[in-house]
Amino acid sequence: MSEANDAAALALEVGGLSFAYAGRPALDDVSLAVKAGEFVVLLGPNGAGKTTLFSLITRLHDRRRGEIRIGGFDVRRQAVQAHARIGAVFQQPTLDLDLSVMQNLAYHGALHGMSSGEAKRRALVQLERVGLADQRRTRVRRLSGGQRRRVEIARGLMHEPRLLLLDEPTVGLDIASRRDLVEHAHRLCAEAGVAVLWATHLIDEVRPGDRVAVLHRGRLLADEHGETLTARLGVETLGEAFDRLVGGKETACE
Amino acid sequence: MRVMPWLHCLRGVVGRELLRFLHQRSRFLAALVRPLVWLFVFAAGFRMALGVAMTEPYQTYILYEVYIVPGLVGMIQLFNGMQSSLSMVYDREMGSMRVLLVSPFPRWYLLVCKLLASTLVSVVQVYVFLAIAWAYGIQAPAMGYLYLLPALLITGFLVGALGLLLSSFIRQLENFAGVMNFVIFPMFFLSSALYPLWRIREGSYLVYQIAALNPFTHAVEMIRFAMYERFNAEAVAISVAVAAVLLVLAIVGYNPSRGMMARKGS
Repeated sequence: MSEANDAAALALEVGGLSFAYAGRPALDDVSLAVKAGEFVVLLGPNGAGKTTLFSLITRLHDRRRGEIRIGGFDVRRQAVQAHARIGAVFQQPTLDLDLSVMQNLAYHGALHGMSSGEAKRRALVQLERVGLADQRRTRVRRLSGGQRRRVEIARGLMHEPRLLLLDEPTVGLDIASRRDLVEHAHRLCAEAGVAVLWATHLIDEVRPGDRVAVLHRGRLLADEHGETLTARLGVETLGEAFDRLVGGKETACE
Repeated sequence: MRVMPWLHCLRGVVGRELLRFLHQRSRFLAALVRPLVWLFVFAAGFRMALGVAMTEPYQTYILYEVYIVPGLVGMIQLFNGMQSSLSMVYDREMGSMRVLLVSPFPRWYLLVCKLLASTLVSVVQVYVFLAIAWAYGIQAPAMGYLYLLPALLITGFLVGALGLLLSSFIRQLENFAGVMNFVIFPMFFLSSALYPLWRIREGSYLVYQIAALNPFTHAVEMIRFAMYERFNAEAVAISVAVAAVLLVLAIVGYNPSRGMMARKGS
């Protein structure tokens, strides 16, 4: 596939995706498409299948039915190209606490085949973007939870991916840090044209204008803009829409 | 794909492993104290009870301490290999394995990088141990220390791949301690690390047969001969073959979703 096609292709294309853990279905016929520069909130209660979806996209699990493409590249058959276009921030922190911010980022750069000079240059660009360039020599252990998350975002963007996956990135953060992070991710979308898929169970992380994909028990129940969704269901708030969709049994947090 | 990116990836994985090793001083100390206790306490005590008659590759009668050093080198690598697989299970739980696996390089290459990295860590440990042994008076020919290096790389891959293979089949971290007991100790004790095979044969023919089949015996003999500037073709051939088979099995069997799946299905 040529670069021109690559640029025109969808950042993420998931089609008819099903997956089961030891016979127990975790995802059932999920289809989802994300365009370049689009911010999509994947909303669902705990256990809805959000992390499973991310694990399949990053190919941590592989035994599945359906199709996944990143920037037009099939994650299974064109794994190298597809992987090079994904940036990921996982639910669990994945930084080396005993290493400095820069050492962590340099490691990631090397894993993407960058020379150490190239990795440092790119890391610095991303650290400046998240406002942590001054902290590059600090050990990660000494950073706050919010700062660590921003380092992980900087890391996920070093190789200039088409798609940034964030799996409940605000877990354990205070309100101010959460707000900052949500804003930061939106800015990235607008400025860098990165497609963002943001998984959360917190409804207040949805901003006006965001597209919301509601995942519940492995099935995609809605996929439209927040305003369209509330209008379609004839409710006032997204919270009510969510309750209506999932049957009011499992409520996402306001 | 061009070659340089692959080398950068290797450099990154090895560099991180060495950095982590430097930061974990207690792990280094433990890795060093274990063989030193064997050397200073166990071997010194046995010296009286057990002399080792002239045996290949040694040119003269040797003290028991001299005999046991190559076995202890193997032990350092065995522990390191298992510990690094344990850390891979741990990494997998903690998520930093995910960072490794989202790299666009093929999975087999990432695992080989990881194994080489842990092998190099064990090589550092071995040479520090040998330096202390040298100061204590156990000195091999100078060139022996150089010939030892390839032998250490082979042994490192052998035990590392074995550990990786085991970690693919162990779902939970808790089970690993048990496997350490069922793998490390039998491999070490039922080998030529502590006693020469002919000595074991005098004691028990069955144990002798098991020890002769134990790949760790051949790794230790490969190390022993290399240290004394000799090439033991049989030991090298067996060690290389076993390492290669284990490596292939480990790569084929490695399933990164194990361990994670059992716990969380979200």
